[in-house]
Amino acid sequence: MTVFNEWRNKPLDEILYQCRELVEDTDFPTVKKWRADGGKILGHFQVYFPEEIAHAAGMLPVKLRGSQIDRKRADSHFGSYLCSIVRSSLELCLTKTTDLDIFVTHPICDVARNLAGIWGRNFEYPCQILYLPQNANSAYSVQYTRDEYARIQGEIENVAGKKISEVALRNSIRVFNENRRLLREVYAIKRETPWLLSIDEAYVLVNLGGLMPREEHNELLAAVIPQIKTRAAKKQDKIRVVFEGGFCEQPPLDLLRVIGNSCYVVDDDLLIGLRWILNDVPTDGDPLMNLANAYINDSSYSPVQHDLRKPKEKMLYKRLQDSGAQAAIVTAAKMCEPGLDEQVAYSKYLDEKNVPYFISEFEEKMTGFDHMQIQLETFVESILFE
Amino acid sequence: MPDKPNGQDIVGRGNAEGARLFRDWFNSLTTAKERNEPAAYVFVMGSLQEILRVFDYHTVFPEIHSLQMAVRRVAHEYLMQAEDYGYSPDICGYVKADVALQLRGGEHPMGTIPKPSLAIMTNACNTYMKWGEIWERMYDCPTFTLDAPGSRAIKSLDWRQNSYFESDRKYVEAQLRELIALCEKLTGKKFDIDKLRDVMEKTNRMSRAYRRVLELNKSHPALFNALNEGTIFLGVVNALRGTADGAKYFEDLVVEMEYKAAHGIGTLRDEKYRLSIVGVPCYPIFRRFYELFSEWGGTFVTSSYLWFASGGADLGFQYDLNRPIESLSEGVLISLRHAMDAMFFQNQWIIDQIDSYGVDGIVYHPIKSCRTTSTGLADNRRWVMEARDVATLFIESDMMDKRVVSEAQMKNRIDAFFEGLATRRLHAQAAA
Repeated sequence: MTVFNEWRNKPLDEILYQCRELVEDTDFPTVKKWRADGGKILGHFQVYFPEEIAHAAGMLPVKLRGSQIDRKRADSHFGSYLCSIVRSSLELCLTKTTDLDIFVTHPICDVARNLAGIWGRNFEYPCQILYLPQNANSAYSVQYTRDEYARIQGEIENVAGKKISEVALRNSIRVFNENRRLLREVYAIKRETPWLLSIDEAYVLVNLGGLMPREEHNELLAAVIPQIKTRAAKKQDKIRVVFEGGFCEQPPLDLLRVIGNSCYVVDDDLLIGLRWILNDVPTDGDPLMNLANAYINDSSYSPVQHDLRKPKEKMLYKRLQDSGAQAAIVTAAKMCEPGLDEQVAYSKYLDEKNVPYFISEFEEKMTGFDHMQIQLETFVESILFE
Repeated sequence: MPDKPNGQDIVGRGNAEGARLFRDWFNSLTTAKERNEPAAYVFVMGSLQEILRVFDYHTVFPEIHSLQMAVRRVAHEYLMQAEDYGYSPDICGYVKADVALQLRGGEHPMGTIPKPSLAIMTNACNTYMKWGEIWERMYDCPTFTLDAPGSRAIKSLDWRQNSYFESDRKYVEAQLRELIALCEKLTGKKFDIDKLRDVMEKTNRMSRAYRRVLELNKSHPALFNALNEGTIFLGVVNALRGTADGAKYFEDLVVEMEYKAAHGIGTLRDEKYRLSIVGVPCYPIFRRFYELFSEWGGTFVTSSYLWFASGGADLGFQYDLNRPIESLSEGVLISLRHAMDAMFFQNQWIIDQIDSYGVDGIVYHPIKSCRTTSTGLADNRRWVMEARDVATLFIESDMMDKRVVSEAQMKNRIDAFFEGLATRRLHAQAAA
């Protein structure tokens, strides 16, 4: 079944418009369509989930990354000093806007690890923590992760009502390898010819991966990438920046558009979970072991993973260098402890390296961007006219 | 045969002795700094002192030295220094107070804190890991993360029923062996398994007695207040874990509490309401926070803090000294799981306490600083109130930052809570 057809046989600008409409649609029509057609849904909270396992069971893995939805019910389940993404994600589930068959969260932060308890007290379907390893440097961590993936596979099989064969899992890994390859192409365009694809356009293309079957997402990306490459767009006098801070709660699309007005965002960590694994996962051998190994040893970085091999500030600096960026936009979602902690490390290190940076906070439901736009333009001018 | 306990000698001994032991321990940190002896930074949930004591590390608990700044009413100076350095007002106050302490060369109102020779973080709190990264950057010191996977779902809290427990245990055992190898490398000392057994035996004694002390507070009237006296016990159970002094302290405390129970000696002269607190104390007004309840005859007979902030010592897990490493991995995993459950999945336990401790009301105290312990509390309260007809109070403040502690507002809410409790009691009496 397909869940998103509005883009088919349309010119590029129209496709991007339809993608944007879908990403901003707080009714999640693709998820609803999948459900209406009899499909089962696994909702996983940010940042990373081995979606191949749910895919192999014939389920739709949906990335719960919040929404700009009006919150009428969820706020009474939380106290004051918390990020927005958990509130809006719960709202989506309480209102059955995203009606799940199983919910999975991760020990990525102090808030997210509480969600299995909160969901578990409010929903009858299984609500789980996938205990991704927090000691990536232990020699045993890959084996442990493989065992934990096998455990969650069992939970998924119970919900799906079918066993997941190794053949199915290998096939899913192939589908996701193709997806990761296409996303790398999107990011290569941003890095090499950023005038062809603004940050908000690239973002919606990536974001859709969390809302539809990956085969369908692959088809969409394969259709638009050649069109983007041949797009008639002129290079402008904008600075090249890296955007950091979008690993969990997502900034409003309008905020990204404001940034794109004055900067070429040549790399970022937006929805990094969809791009966590950096290369193809092998399709021979034990598929769960391959996924586990890729998670730990062939992966990106984020403030919510502690790995002695990946000091975050050095990883950001590498991202800046690899993408030829002149500056960094270092953001954090309001009340996001890992993001706010990391801002200090990033800024101190960038000071040391004489890299200009712009510090900011955002919230998914924010609507006014004038103040930030003025500040950002001042920052950009300070670099352009240095 | 030992003499019968003399009440005058033993009632109040736990508080006085606990304070003395705690001061001595703090002083030993100052001495360690002066003598340049190695100190390991650890956290209350998963301090791994069983291993660290084998290698003669001093242990520094940053959570404890931070909260002491709040109790001693100087936390704001440290918090503001860390915020000037760049940290957000919206992050953990313990972290910020410690950052400022490090920037001041370890200067603390109770002494001087040595720099870390080694830091051990656990996954019981994610902020532990972010905190450890700060020390990595400041000192380039070795760090070690112990990952003890917790319960996966609210419906599967009994580890004995979990098919994956053995996989988790093997993971923990592998990490403990890696930590031992790291300590050998850093200290140049060979690992002594008999010394480990000795430390584990002392931890066994301490945990067994700690569990008994908590159980004894089911007595009417309550023998100790879980909020303030409980914090003294927590200081000892953490700082002196695995020591002879720590084991003896809790064994003596059991004697004291049994004596008080036998003689009907309560922590309050006139106990009217038995309360449970879920969350962390309000350290910036620690004594006043206690008085706001005790003035109404309210005693905290139990608290989730005594579970999770003891690293799960309330379980009283007993190590098998015949197979020390395997048993240590079991004990660490089970105790840490229990500590995490006490923060994330504690709703059924709260219900159980209402009956076993005779609880009249539950106070939820979420705080700005700690999302680990606070995120689920509003939802937890909803669940508990649906499950049982029990009075609850939900007050938000902080454990460090007095800027978000409004004593007057808090008093209004607490007074109203007690008025509600009194009304409930009248209705119950009328119905009877």
